[in-house]
Amino acid sequence: MEAEAAKLIGAGLAAIGAGMAAIGVGNVFGSFLESALRNPGAADGQQGRLFIGFAAAELLGLLAFVVAMILIFVA
Amino acid sequence: MAAEEGKVDPMKQFTIEPLLGSDWQLADGINIAFTNSALWMAVTTALIWAFVAGGMRRELVPGRWQMAVETMTGFIDDMLEANVGKEGRKYVPYVFSLFMFILFANLLGLLPLGLTGIHPFTVTSHFTVTGVLAVLSFSIVLIVGFGKHGFKFFTLFVPHGTPLPMIPAIALIEFFSFLIRPFSLALRLFVAMMAGHVLLKVLSSFVIDGTNAGLGIGLLVGVPSFALMVAISALEILVAGIQAYVFALLTALYINDAEHLH
Repeated sequence: MEAEAAKLIGAGLAAIGAGMAAIGVGNVFGSFLESALRNPGAADGQQGRLFIGFAAAELLGLLAFVVAMILIFVA
Repeated sequence: MAAEEGKVDPMKQFTIEPLLGSDWQLADGINIAFTNSALWMAVTTALIWAFVAGGMRRELVPGRWQMAVETMTGFIDDMLEANVGKEGRKYVPYVFSLFMFILFANLLGLLPLGLTGIHPFTVTSHFTVTGVLAVLSFSIVLIVGFGKHGFKFFTLFVPHGTPLPMIPAIALIEFFSFLIRPFSLALRLFVAMMAGHVLLKVLSSFVIDGTNAGLGIGLLVGVPSFALMVAISALEILVAGIQAYVFALLTALYINDAEHLH
C-alpha cells in the first residue's frame, strides 16, 4: 500500500474514535436528563459534575481528531 | 497536502501574519512583530474592558448593563464558592478574566465579519495561546499548593483510604494524571475551536464547489450544506460558551485540589 493512502485510511479510522466520543457525550447528557427528570430539585446542583463528565468524554474524541490531523498534515 | 488551485483551504484561516511589517527585532532571533493574533487578543481585551467598565456603576437598582456584568461576575463567584469554598473568593479575579477572555475570543472568532473584508482570527484556535493559559492555571495550582502545604502537597497523589499495597501504583497514576492536566486543558479548548472552524470551511467549500458545478448539483449539495452551516454555526456558539465554562470550571477544581488536598 502506498504510504499516502495508508495515512488517509488511518485518518479515516480515527473518525471511529470521534464517533465513540459522541456516544460517550450523549450518554453523559442522556443519563443526566433521565435522572434530572426524576428529581428536578437536585438537578441544578449537579451541573458542575455534568460538565466535568462532558469534558472528560469529549477530550477523548478530540484526541482522535488530533490523531487524524497529525496523520494528514504532519506525518 | 496543499490545496489545489481555486479550492477552499480549511487551514488558511489559522495562518499568523505580521500586520505592521515583520522586522520588529527585539534581540537576536526574538521577533515581536504585531500579528493578526496579537491584534485580535487586543480587540478581545478592549471589548472585555469596555463591557466591564460600562457595568461598574454601583447603583442600588442595577440597570441592564450593570445587571449583565453582575450576572457574569456572580456566575464565576458562585462557581468558585461551590467548588473551592470560601477560600475560593480570592481567585475570582483570575478565573473571571480567564473565563471572559476565552469566551470573548471564541465568540469574536465566529463573527461573520468576512463579508466586510475583515477576517476575524480565533485566538483560542492556537495551541500556543491556550497552552499559555493552561500553564498559567497550572502554575497557580503549583504555587498555591506548595506555598500553603509545603511538601505535604505530595499527599495529593495518595487519596485517603488507599490500601497500603496499592499506594505505589495509585501514586504513579495520580502523578501522571496530575501532570497531564495542563495538556488536557489546553488541548480541549484548542481542538474544539479548531475543529469547528475547519468544519465550517469544509462545508463552505461544498457550497462553493456545488454551486459552481451547476444548478442541479447546487440544489442537491449546496443548499443542504448551507443549511448545515447555519446549524453548525449555532452549535459553535454553544461550544464557545461551554469550552470557556469548562476551562474555568476545571481551573476551579484544580485550585480546590491545591487549597484542600484530597
